[in-house]
Amino acid sequence: MNVIEVKNLFKIFGEHPNRAFPLLEQGKSKAEILEKTGNTVAINNANFFVKKQEVFVIMGLSGSGKSTVIRCLNRLIEPTRGEVLIDEFDIVKMSREDILQTRRKKMSMVFQHFALLPQRTILGNAEYGLEISGVEEEERRQKAMEALDQVGLQGYEHQFPSELSGGMQQRVGLARALANDPEVLLMDEAFSALDPLIRNQMQDELLELQARMNKTIVFITHDLDEALKLGDRICIMKDGAVVQTGTPEEILTEPADDYVKAFVQNVDRTKVITASSIMRKATMVTLPKDGPNVAIRRMEQAGISAIYAIDSERYFKGIIRIDDAVKLSRSKTDDLSSITFDGVYTTTPDTPIGNLLGWAIESSYPMAVQDETGKLLGIVDRSAIMAEVNNNFDEEDMPVTLKEWEANGSELTEQEG
Amino acid sequence: MFEQMHQIINIGGWFETIINWLMDNLGPFFNAIREGVNSVLSVLNNILLFPHPLIMIAIFTALAWWLAKRGIGIFTLIGMLLIYYMGFWDVTMDTLALVITSVVIALVIGVPIGIWSSKNEMVERIVRPILDFMQTLPAFVYLIPAVLFFQLGAVPGVIATLIFSLPPVVRLTNLGIRQVPVEIKEAAISFGSTPSQMLFKAELPVAMPTIMAGVNQTIMLALSMVVIAGMIGAGGLGNEVLKGITQLKIGLGFESGISIVILAIFLDRVTQALAANSGPER
Repeated sequence: MNVIEVKNLFKIFGEHPNRAFPLLEQGKSKAEILEKTGNTVAINNANFFVKKQEVFVIMGLSGSGKSTVIRCLNRLIEPTRGEVLIDEFDIVKMSREDILQTRRKKMSMVFQHFALLPQRTILGNAEYGLEISGVEEEERRQKAMEALDQVGLQGYEHQFPSELSGGMQQRVGLARALANDPEVLLMDEAFSALDPLIRNQMQDELLELQARMNKTIVFITHDLDEALKLGDRICIMKDGAVVQTGTPEEILTEPADDYVKAFVQNVDRTKVITASSIMRKATMVTLPKDGPNVAIRRMEQAGISAIYAIDSERYFKGIIRIDDAVKLSRSKTDDLSSITFDGVYTTTPDTPIGNLLGWAIESSYPMAVQDETGKLLGIVDRSAIMAEVNNNFDEEDMPVTLKEWEANGSELTEQEG
Repeated sequence: MFEQMHQIINIGGWFETIINWLMDNLGPFFNAIREGVNSVLSVLNNILLFPHPLIMIAIFTALAWWLAKRGIGIFTLIGMLLIYYMGFWDVTMDTLALVITSVVIALVIGVPIGIWSSKNEMVERIVRPILDFMQTLPAFVYLIPAVLFFQLGAVPGVIATLIFSLPPVVRLTNLGIRQVPVEIKEAAISFGSTPSQMLFKAELPVAMPTIMAGVNQTIMLALSMVVIAGMIGAGGLGNEVLKGITQLKIGLGFESGISIVILAIFLDRVTQALAANSGPER
């Protein structure tokens, strides 16, 4: 089910927003429209949806409209046109009272520079949302304390924001947002103001929290690594328009255009591409149905020296090596299970290939990919991992042989001479 | 030539006409204000003069010590004792009552106007030149009409003081609220605050140090207006200074002048300490 649905959303800043629409329809650029009408197109026909309990990351550079989009979701900014459906109610058409209730109960926001109230204690900040919705003091105190516990701030309740470090302050921001127990968390560059180490730590903690709480999170960032790390799905924006929406792997493996391609070029693919996207079908024998001769014939056909054995329900049993199979066949026995070799490496489909690299080089057989119950999904071989890693490099960064290098070097010296 | 011009654009004449019209038609209104301010003044006066001066000095000292620092407390003790032994205690309390009354009225009028102009560009555009006008127009120019409306005494003194000391609190309230970071306003809205919840729970508390700086300035300006108010019979220390000048009693003028300075330093330090206290922590 979709918690948030954004349909044909436009936001145009300026005196006469409607003048910009005909030009937009003609496909004029943002700069042209600004010059001709004095209006700034912040969001240009954005469409996306956010599924229940997923982390949806909106990524873009500054000026891409991402911060405007998130502010349209709770109507901090009034959309010029379009629909923003929250649980199927259009927030653009809501009455003031309904909006207040939506903000109080359904969605909370976390801000880039924390936006804490300096004259209130940590506890006072955490209970702000409950206080303005009129929750009794005792109850809101208790809920605020629970929220502070969740983000690891017990013992800090009576301090003031200025006494805490940036990372701690943002935890307060997070606790304040969680205290209302909202369905949706809106996080606007929540970790961008933190230094890299703390940022990393906060990302991990957010993922941990999310595993426990299962909120629907809309996360804004300009940092692709952050987007890939946190996002179940990522939406890339440019000049107010949505360029591509997809899972991190889709974004990396099938960039929609050159803009996205340029973006993802510098990403460490080995951390994002998972085993599932490079695995291929294994050549298999089924136990106990197939005997050694079937195994040998299949290996010969495929030109391989080991075959993957599964049972009738596809549970992975091990590999059968060709020399073992030949021996078995000579001894006139049929039971392959006596020679299955279980020293082969296995992995899950969600493991990033960077984690597999070392083992893949060491192991003589392709790695088996199993689901969590142990069924064989496919295999990943060394060459596939290598190919994926190499995809990352520009040609000039590629290693060259000594011969090539000398050929190049001698050219250079000749030119210099 | 100049005379002719003057006859075409006769602002002075119009001003007189307006003043006369106001006096003829709004007499009861001004009377009511006079009665109101007078009763506030006399109540305050009675409170300040009711205990023995030494008890009041002890109270002021404790207040200064508690709100500001020990040094300010000691200064208050010595300064106020000096005032008492110079024989200026009663007039000093008159002046204090006048200052407090003017400042309270200035805050009651000024803070809401400051809030309003921070929320509304149009209001700010109208209010700003009026404030400039109030601050720069020589005091004597409105002193006389004040007497015409409210007769001689402390009430026109309060009104003149009010005109002179109102601008800083309006300006700094406006500034303080405008300076509240956008993200804090957004945070208040995003958690479902109504406009008044946002004002009272987020904006005013965050703006409080700036507003208190305005209050401090208002008090200082009110004190500096006291001498001038003495010219229209407002009484208090201003009257003593005036006596010193007009009767060439240099000693009297100096003593009353010192009393004003002591009162000013006391009020300034205490309100500054209040402003610092209104910020986050400590």
